[in-house]
Amino acid sequence: MKHPPFFLAICSFAAAPAVLAADLDISVQIPQLDVAEYHRPYVAVWLEREDHSVAGNLALWYSQKRGGGPGPGGAPPADAGKPAENKSMAGGEGGTKWLPDLRQWWRRSGREISVPIDGVSGATRPVGEQKFSFTVGKAPLAELAPGKYKLLVEAAREDGGRELVDIPFEWPVAAETPLKTQGKSELGGVSLLLKP
Amino acid sequence: MISMCSRTMKTTAVGAVIALLMPLAAEAHKGWIEPSKTVLAVGQWVTFDAATSTDPFIKDHNPLRLDNLLITAPDGSTVQPENAATGKLRSVFDLQLTQAGTYKIAVLNSGTMASWDDNGQTRRWPPRGQPFTAEGFAKEVPAKAKDLKVSQSIGRLETYVTAGKPSDGACKPSGKGLELVPVTAFNDLYAGEAAVFQLLIDGKPAKSVDVEVIADRRQYRDAVDAIELKSDDKGQLSIQWPSPGLYWLSASVTDSKADKPAKERRSSYTGIFEVLAP
Repeated sequence: MKHPPFFLAICSFAAAPAVLAADLDISVQIPQLDVAEYHRPYVAVWLEREDHSVAGNLALWYSQKRGGGPGPGGAPPADAGKPAENKSMAGGEGGTKWLPDLRQWWRRSGREISVPIDGVSGATRPVGEQKFSFTVGKAPLAELAPGKYKLLVEAAREDGGRELVDIPFEWPVAAETPLKTQGKSELGGVSLLLKP
Repeated sequence: MISMCSRTMKTTAVGAVIALLMPLAAEAHKGWIEPSKTVLAVGQWVTFDAATSTDPFIKDHNPLRLDNLLITAPDGSTVQPENAATGKLRSVFDLQLTQAGTYKIAVLNSGTMASWDDNGQTRRWPPRGQPFTAEGFAKEVPAKAKDLKVSQSIGRLETYVTAGKPSDGACKPSGKGLELVPVTAFNDLYAGEAAVFQLLIDGKPAKSVDVEVIADRRQYRDAVDAIELKSDDKGQLSIQWPSPGLYWLSASVTDSKADKPAKERRSSYTGIFEVLAP
């Protein structure tokens, strides 16, 4: 009788076989920074297995400049090879030019895939809390085999710094599990709510 | 006529001095090619500085000659550099990475040199800048020269840059001289992690070869602090990178597998690698 209502709610959910939709609710805080020239950070959010292989790309925010080529690791932009005719001195690379600055993400998957990634990539986000939710087995997140994982969030900002934070967790979970970590410079609080 | 004549004499004298200094210079100065970045996206430009100096990456001696520059694209084709120029202290060139994968940027210097004792004076042939030919050798070098030494050299100076995912198409060994092939991709190097490379001599594992690795920013520390390594029975090296930055890696092997009339062959390999922060 002393159980808080939310605990009861979990119990009832766990007991109900119909509720199989396992979710990951993620919140990433982009901090307010007191700098002369502010550019929104590039951010990558992904899940990694114990061997560092990528279990899923969840979010990728980068500058959607006009003329952004298709892809970092994939096909060259249409004007590759031609002299810079010109969009900018560095050729028509657009916002994708700086994706390798998300260096851990680039190493783990960025260099092998083409952007945009359907349902994952998008424009840079403003200061504040960015919330998003994924259902295991539903695009862009595939089924997760039982095991140890890490949620990684990496941010890199023009004229600024770069930061990588992670939240280790084990999947599946028996009960709703709230986890969080705190960035120090380019990222604020990052939280992960695992729902069985 | 007089001025022409004196100029010729002067040139010859300078040539002789350079020739005498050459072996020493070869020992003392290190060649290097410094890429502006090594991990990039397809379509991006990268620029290179190339020079020789006592300490790698410090532009205080001579530019590297780009005559034998060969750039191999990920698909194995040869691509031309753009905006190549040679200054007083360094050469430069640009490259656009239009293909996904690893590019090899190499300068291959090979040649044969004869030296002998001519009444107490060391003579050398061919003069600098001139090719070694069998006819020239027969004509210019006395058959019974005292202390005749004919040595062949094959020197490779390489660096690598990658657009997207590293690949090894451009890094296939030619099977000639000393070469390095990736076990760990050349552009997948991180501080605090070990990388494994394999040294090959004529395409076969080069065992027990001494390797020297020098980090950049030499001007900001008191000692060279070179990392000394030795290849194992498979010709492999395992390098634990102490910190992020550029590294100059060099090794050489002297053997008797020279092309005639040379009796001795010196094969050298130098590679420039960028190590990233994890």
